[in-house]
Amino acid sequence: MNIRILYFARLREEMGIAQEMLDLPENCDVKSLRARLVARGGTSAAAFGQGKAVRVSVNQDLARDDTPVTAGDEVAFFPPVTGG
Amino acid sequence: MQREDFDIGAEIAAFRRADPGIGAIASFIGLVRDVNDGDTVAGMTLEHYPGMTEKALAGIVAEAKARWDIVDALVIHRVGELKPLDQIVLVVVTGAHRRDAFAACEFIMDYLKTQAPFWKKEQTAQGARWVEARASDDQAAERWNKV
Repeated sequence: MNIRILYFARLREEMGIAQEMLDLPENCDVKSLRARLVARGGTSAAAFGQGKAVRVSVNQDLARDDTPVTAGDEVAFFPPVTGG
Repeated sequence: MQREDFDIGAEIAAFRRADPGIGAIASFIGLVRDVNDGDTVAGMTLEHYPGMTEKALAGIVAEAKARWDIVDALVIHRVGELKPLDQIVLVVVTGAHRRDAFAACEFIMDYLKTQAPFWKKEQTAQGARWVEARASDDQAAERWNKV
């Protein structure tokens, strides 16, 4: 299944891209998606590495490790927010 | 969300809609300071997540309206390039009485700071840097869970 991944702020700079499409197996969740990104190595591993504070949303709602990811979803990764 | 500045008086006047049931208006204006973490700040860039920002702010306003007896709430947040003294954010809450209007206004700001997808990158003499989230903002938002 295909999903769209967006990156914002420091994550966007570290990844070097604002978005990408990814082909995932069925029955994924946020945690397994993150593990796949880290396993790619390179900039992905660095941006999502140990101790990096990364927040995530699925279809524009804040999500957690166990939030399911299904076909056509828009998943975004970003640092803790600093607006206001 | 808008790049342009806002006029507090005009925004509040329009938002009241001459409703005689409104007896209290609480407002908050956030501003760009010229210093952060001990360094002089020349300016900042505010990035956001178009689409999710609107959804998150609408959710926060809906939550405030469910928790307190208020008439309505307005949130204006700027994005793009900002300089010290510039206005960043405006929250306006209208209601019959001040108590709920004050509480809802503070709640909206606390949740905006921890849940709405905005990121600040500030320019200092040492170069540009992303502003780090503060634990005190998380604590400020968490206290509303006990209400």
